[in-house]
Amino acid sequence: MGDQLKIAVLVKRVPDSEARIKIDSGSGGIDPASVKFVVNPYDEYAVEEALALKEKAGEGEVVVISLGADSSQETLRSALAMGADRGVLLKTENAPTDPFAAAQILAAELEDGGFDLILSGKLAIDDYHHATGIIVAELLGLPGVSAASGLTVESGKGSAEREIEGGVEVVDFQLPAVVTCDKGLNEPRYPALKGIMMAKKKPLEVKDVTPADSGVEVVGLDLPPARPEGRIVGEGVDGVAPLIAALQQEAKVL
Amino acid sequence: MPFEGVDFYDMDSLLSEEERAVRDMVREWVEDNVIPIIGECYVEGRFPRELVPKMGELGFMGANLPEEYGCAGLNNVAYGLINQELERGDSGIRSFASVQGSLVMYPIFEFGTEEHRKEWLPKLASGEKIGCFGLTEPDFGSNPGGMITTARKTDDGWLINGAKMWITSGSMADVAIIWAQTGEIGDAKGIRGFVVPTDARGFTAKDQKGKLSLRASDTSELVLEDVHVSEEALMPKSGGLKSPLKCLTQARYGIAWGGLGAAMACYDEAVSYSKNRVMFDKPIGGFQLQQARLADMLTEITKGQLLALQLGRLKDAGTMTPQQVSLAKRNNVNLAAEAARETRRLLGANGILAEYQAMRHMANIESVYTYEGTHDIHTLILGQEITGISAFS
Ligand SMILES: Cc1cc2nc3c(=O)[nH]c(=O)nc-3n(C[C@H](O)[C@H](O)[C@H](O)COP(=O)(O)OP(=O)(O)OC[C@H]3O[C@@H](n4cnc5c(N)ncnc54)[C@H](O)[C@@H]3O)c2cc1C
Repeated sequence: MGDQLKIAVLVKRVPDSEARIKIDSGSGGIDPASVKFVVNPYDEYAVEEALALKEKAGEGEVVVISLGADSSQETLRSALAMGADRGVLLKTENAPTDPFAAAQILAAELEDGGFDLILSGKLAIDDYHHATGIIVAELLGLPGVSAASGLTVESGKGSAEREIEGGVEVVDFQLPAVVTCDKGLNEPRYPALKGIMMAKKKPLEVKDVTPADSGVEVVGLDLPPARPEGRIVGEGVDGVAPLIAALQQEAKVL
Repeated sequence: MPFEGVDFYDMDSLLSEEERAVRDMVREWVEDNVIPIIGECYVEGRFPRELVPKMGELGFMGANLPEEYGCAGLNNVAYGLINQELERGDSGIRSFASVQGSLVMYPIFEFGTEEHRKEWLPKLASGEKIGCFGLTEPDFGSNPGGMITTARKTDDGWLINGAKMWITSGSMADVAIIWAQTGEIGDAKGIRGFVVPTDARGFTAKDQKGKLSLRASDTSELVLEDVHVSEEALMPKSGGLKSPLKCLTQARYGIAWGGLGAAMACYDEAVSYSKNRVMFDKPIGGFQLQQARLADMLTEITKGQLLALQLGRLKDAGTMTPQQVSLAKRNNVNLAAEAARETRRLLGANGILAEYQAMRHMANIESVYTYEGTHDIHTLILGQEITGISAFS
């Protein structure tokens, strides 16, 4: 495979973590009009890493792939603006909430792509499954490394660092492989204005997909209960005893 | 909470996906790179020059000029949104970008030779070189047509003599666009533009001390004493006072958007403060007087947004008139001044601190109110447009 690196990056459109989410009374899901959507932040690390690896290799291709509704084209174009070469939208209005069903569709797309490396975020901030990328590796029969905070790739081999309790784990693996990306891996670049302008000229293929019946059904969403108002139990030294009592008896945290 | 803009009328639905992407990128960059340092820069009276290479790399300078000269080739609405977001950070940052793009790169593109363009535009776009625009003189501000800086023909070029005042980026600049009288003093048609390298012998720049506004910006006095430049320094297509005025139309267009940015920053701060500051046992935002302040600000910002956007669409269609730009500059800078002052007051004592944005914007906007045609001058331009009678002559 020489110096050419062909990298696929899985990216997902998710609500901005700063967004104040409203629940749509009709569908029972998130009201899309109420929130701003962004590229899943962990996927941004994956895109940045792919671009940096390609730049280092000197040659190659970075393909960004998203599973989701038509609106995910915008997510793909954000990645194209950062510098990815082309995008593929696996389009469905009913994107599965079940990571296994999602991984099946993604794996089917990736299977014959001839990728040296498949990157994704370690998790998507909307569902926190930490699963999709690793299931993709399993389905493709490839080595899978989760939550990499360091990555090097050279002559058909890779090495990833993972932050573990009290230390760093180093995992060596053969390419092709799937690596999911953690915070700390890199600092994602801002898409330059020229990149934003170029993004609309880059190829973006839309393929309709039909997800398999999901093993997971979302029964409903509820916003967290409103936090009860704070209360001042006493001031100065006089406050200590009632505070401890309240923490023990009411909050039950002591 | 990062800044999320102000969009009461779903203006976003009037923007294209790219326009929004441009705006969001600049907004995020400002949040990460300008907001954390700007209060300190302002107090120190320092332009954060360290930001320039990144601004160049991302394409902020001359973003609406063509790609073949290293620029981003954006439309004018996207260009306006860049100005808005930069000024949300600080008027000094936006001023730098405006001068570089609209007052240095634009004239080189519009009035210069192909050699001028090739030599300067890519380096100015990348921020490798910095430019300034010398029109105003100590005794000729609102009336630049009276300028007494002269350019006299020599055997092999031009000899320039004079002084320029209030020149943004003057001390940092590698190149100055100097407007000089080539004919009789007072002859508007004799004014021409020159591309003058600032290392030319006889060219000096001095930082203007003691500013209480636009402190995070370099404002300098230029002195040109027997500065000899080659024949090629003249921008051949510049002719008469209308040439620098054409540049000002470009910059004023950006300022109309910039004013919105400063106003939105203040409004955002005012809203947040009004919800959190408790007095008389309730958030001050619960009192009618403060609600009126906020309602007025939101109303003016929303009107200003619609105005700027339509102006941008006209500019992209090629039908925008300078008088329309005057109206927008006048209106949007004025609303920014009001929003900044009202926010400053709403914040009480905290409002005088550099830790908050309001007073910095309030002081900055006084410069913006004055430069690029004072508020009064734009009033008179509109008056002439309406009545057909010039108040100037
Ligand atoms: C921070 C800063 C940066 C600047 N950067 C640049 C730069 O990069 N390049 C550059 O060339 N210039 C620059 N300027 C100069 C700016 O454009 C001038 O200050 C402006 O044109 C006003 O000129 P003046 O200050 O001489 O005011 P004056 O023209 O003396 O005006 C004084 C007052 O009289 C009013 N006035 C003037 N004429 C009339 C009239 N006919 N009718 C009614 N009222 C009138 C004005 O509105 C104002 O209120 C900058 C100024 C500032 C403050």
